[in-house]
Order: sequence, then structure tokens, then C-alpha cells
Amino acid sequence: FAGLADVSISEDILVEGEITVPVGSRSLDEDYSTLDEPVRDTILRDLKAVGKKFVHVMYPKKSSALLRDWDLWGPLVLCVSLALMLQGGSADSKDDGGPQFAEVFVIIWFGAVVITLNSKLLGGTISFFQSLCVLGYCVLPLTVAMLVCRLVLLAGSGTVSFIIRLIVVAAMFGWSTLASTAFLADSQPPNRKALVVYPISLFYFVISWMILTFTPQ
Amino acid sequence: QGGGSAVIDMENMDDTSGSSFEDMGEMHQRMKEEEEEEAEGEAGAAEEEEDGEFLGVKGLRGQLGRQVADQMWQAGKRQASRAFSLYANIDILRPYFDVEPVQVRARLLESMIPVKMINFPQKIAGELYGPLMLVFTLVAILLHGMKTSDTIIREGTLMGTAIGTCFGYWLGVSSFIYFLAYLCNAQITLVQMLSLLGYGLFGHCITLFVTYNIHFHSLFYIFWLGVGGLSTLRMVAVLLSRTVGHTQRLILCGTLAALHMLFLLYLHFAYHKVVEGILDTLEGPNMPPFQRVARDIPVVSNIVLNTTAKAVALTL
Repeated sequence: FAGLADVSISEDILVEGEITVPVGSRSLDEDYSTLDEPVRDTILRDLKAVGKKFVHVMYPKKSSALLRDWDLWGPLVLCVSLALMLQGGSADSKDDGGPQFAEVFVIIWFGAVVITLNSKLLGGTISFFQSLCVLGYCVLPLTVAMLVCRLVLLAGSGTVSFIIRLIVVAAMFGWSTLASTAFLADSQPPNRKALVVYPISLFYFVISWMILTFTPQ
Repeated sequence: QGGGSAVIDMENMDDTSGSSFEDMGEMHQRMKEEEEEEAEGEAGAAEEEEDGEFLGVKGLRGQLGRQVADQMWQAGKRQASRAFSLYANIDILRPYFDVEPVQVRARLLESMIPVKMINFPQKIAGELYGPLMLVFTLVAILLHGMKTSDTIIREGTLMGTAIGTCFGYWLGVSSFIYFLAYLCNAQITLVQMLSLLGYGLFGHCITLFVTYNIHFHSLFYIFWLGVGGLSTLRMVAVLLSRTVGHTQRLILCGTLAALHMLFLLYLHFAYHKVVEGILDTLEGPNMPPFQRVARDIPVVSNIVLNTTAKAVALTL
């Protein structure tokens, strides 16, 4: 460190910046050039990014791609599709499905925010939106479970279908929890992983319970 | 530029940051530098329009206006970021979440064991992780209970009411008992009370989890007295150890015991009926009568559980 003794910065250069997980910084030229590209390219690029993250969730390996380029498109799409599929499940036939959509939406986002705050308070090194991104993307297995449940319910709603649905939802719940743990638990001190995993499993348990107890009208 | 800096100085004096002389000096310095830079920039731009080597009066006013606007924006931004970092700082709560899983487990078990020594103050850990997780677990158990009971109500209101009930109880009763403790001269802080009551909900969670699945009134009463009673006794014992004087002890512990036991009773029996009542008053006469429809959770599993429990009870 001897060579740093005479480092000096002139006063008119502001020394500031952001400390985040290093993102590939885009130069100004790149930003301007993406404004001019056709809309189809932009959409396709975003869709590819979302799709890549879906693949990461289905095969959870310890990669940092999910964390580095966080985006909330995937969680939004998953949340909306899950909420739409969970509509129409109340016994009250004149119900227009409004409360269920809002309920699912609020549970997912409010739950994700609470878990993120909890993991930050426990000393996590992950940022707020990165954590939201991971939790949202890991709802994918449960959305798949919802699809499967709806298909099974089309065939009939007896004890056999209940057992099938129970197995599928339980498996997907385990998958979701494992996937999100694989991404989030690394950012915690090693002996406190259980403290972070519990709220995550509770969160996915509530969603799984909503899926399992869904009966169509 | 002399007139401009006078206006800017006044603004800086009004800045209520409580900064020291060095900070003020530094700010002045920075102000002057920004001024100079901007003046140079403005001068460079104005030259093309004004066609002069010195700025006329018109140029000075425009430049002054721009500088003032810019300074106001900077000051506002600084105030806002300072306020944000002060109030939205979750690091205030960080010390209350500093726990290990082993500690949480130990405290959960301890919350069911009443202490015997009430002559000197018992230690209460002021952590909020365990209580918060217990409240959320209670919300999840309540929802589970609503789904497996034979009553279905519009689930949006149900969710909100469940969260509201649990959090309202935890925060409201804690604050109320803290206020009573203040009146009765008990030595307890708000965080400690929140922590104590939160861990007291562990008994509630166990009781409701068991009795929502096995529907026996007598079983519920046994759990209510046994498990609920144990957790209440623990809280009461801890409070007793921290209060002096018979009347004060009676008031404080009697209130807490009554509220805690009654809450469990309320959750088991009256919850879904109360929600029906709320919805009834909200909707008015247009609501159709509530339809009680059996859930898809097959009756099979319930019957199996009930017969098993009956068989166990008979053999005992």
C-alpha cells in the first residue's frame, strides 16, 4: 500500500458511485442505440432474458445470472397468470372474482416484500429488488402446479384427483422452496440459513394451500 | 455574481441541517465552485446571444434566476435524501433480529414453561424475529382453519381480516399492557412486551393447528386450558417478577391472562361468525344468505381423523 500514499484527486472531480452487484455497465452510446431499434427487438430481448431466468429456476444451480440482471417482468407475468387461474373458485356464484385476484396479488407481493425485509434485517447481502426478483421467479413451479391441477379437475374431482393434486402441489412446493433457497441462502451468514428459509417456506406454503383448495365453479 | 452569491448565502443559512462551521464552509466553497462553473457555462452560452464580452443586466437576471432555481433544487434534493436515510432506515430494527436458530428454538420451548422464581426480575429477550414469524404462522393457520371448516366466505375479506386480527392483537394488546405496566410501575419496555406476547402466541398456534384438524369441543377445551394456560402462566410469572405491590400485580396479570385466554377462545369459536357479521353489516340487505358448502378436502380425511381420535380417547 506504499504506492497509494500520494494518491490525490483534484477537487472538482466528484468521487461517488453505487455499490451493487457488478452489472455490466452500459455506455451512453448503447443506451441511445437501443432507443432506435425496432420494438420487436426490444421485446424479444426482454423475453429471452425472462426465459433464461425461467430455465434457471427450473434447474436451480448456483448461478448469479438471476441475481445480476434482476427484472420484475417474470414475477409479474407469473403472478397475474396465477391470479387469473385462481379466479372463479368461490362458492358464491354471483362473485365476480374480484377479491380473489386482488388477494393473490397482494399475498404474493406483500409476502415477498416482508421476506426480503426479513432477510435484509438478518444480515443478508442481497439487495431489495434482487430478492424480490428471485422470490417472484420461484413461483413458476407453483404456477405449473396450478395448470396441472386445473387439467386434473377437468377430468373429475374425486378422491383420486385430490391425491394426484396433493402430490403435484407438494412436489412443486418443495421445488419452489429449494430453488429460492439455492439463490437466497448464500447471501446469509451460514448459521442463520434456517431463519431465512422458514418464512420462504411459509410463503410458498400459503400459495400452495390456495392452489390445493381451489375448486372451480 | 456578487448579487447572486448573496441570495445563495441566505438560502444556505436557512438550511436546518444543524451543520457545523466546517460543513458550512465546505458548502460555501462548493457553492462558489458550482457558481463559477455555471457562470462560465452561462457566459459561454450567453456570449453567442448577447454579443458582448460582459453580460448586460438582462443576462445577469436570467443567470441569477437559473442559479437560484438550481440551488433550490439541490437543497431540496439534499433535504429529501437526508430525511429518507433517517426515516426509511431499516437498520434501526437490525439489532432486534440478531438471533441464532438455536436461540429461537430454545425461546419457543421456554415460552411454555412457567418460571417459579418471581422474586427477582426475569430476563426477557428483546427480539422480534420469533414473534413476527409466530404471528405470520398464526395467520396461515387461521386461513387453513377457514378452508377446512365448512364455512366459506369471500376470501378477499377473509385474508385481510385474518392478518388484521393477528397483527392487531399482537401490537394492540402489547401496547395496552405496556401502558398498564407504565401505570403499575412494572419494569418492562415495549420491545420486551412485544417479544413476550409474541412468544405467548406459540401456544395459540399449537392449539389452533391441532383443533382445526380434529373437531372436538372437549379436545379444544383441554388444549385451551392446558396449552393456553401454560403460555399464559409463563407470561404472567414473568410480569409478576417485574412488578411490585399486590394491587398492581393483580391488575396487570389479570388483564393479560384474561385477554390471552379469551383471544384463543375467540379465534376458535367466534372468528368465522364474526367475519360473517362484518360482511353482513357491510353488504346490507342485498347479500344472499351465506351458503355453507363443503370444501373439496374430502370428508374422508376428516372422518378418518375423527374416528382415530375417538379410538385413542376410548383406549385411554
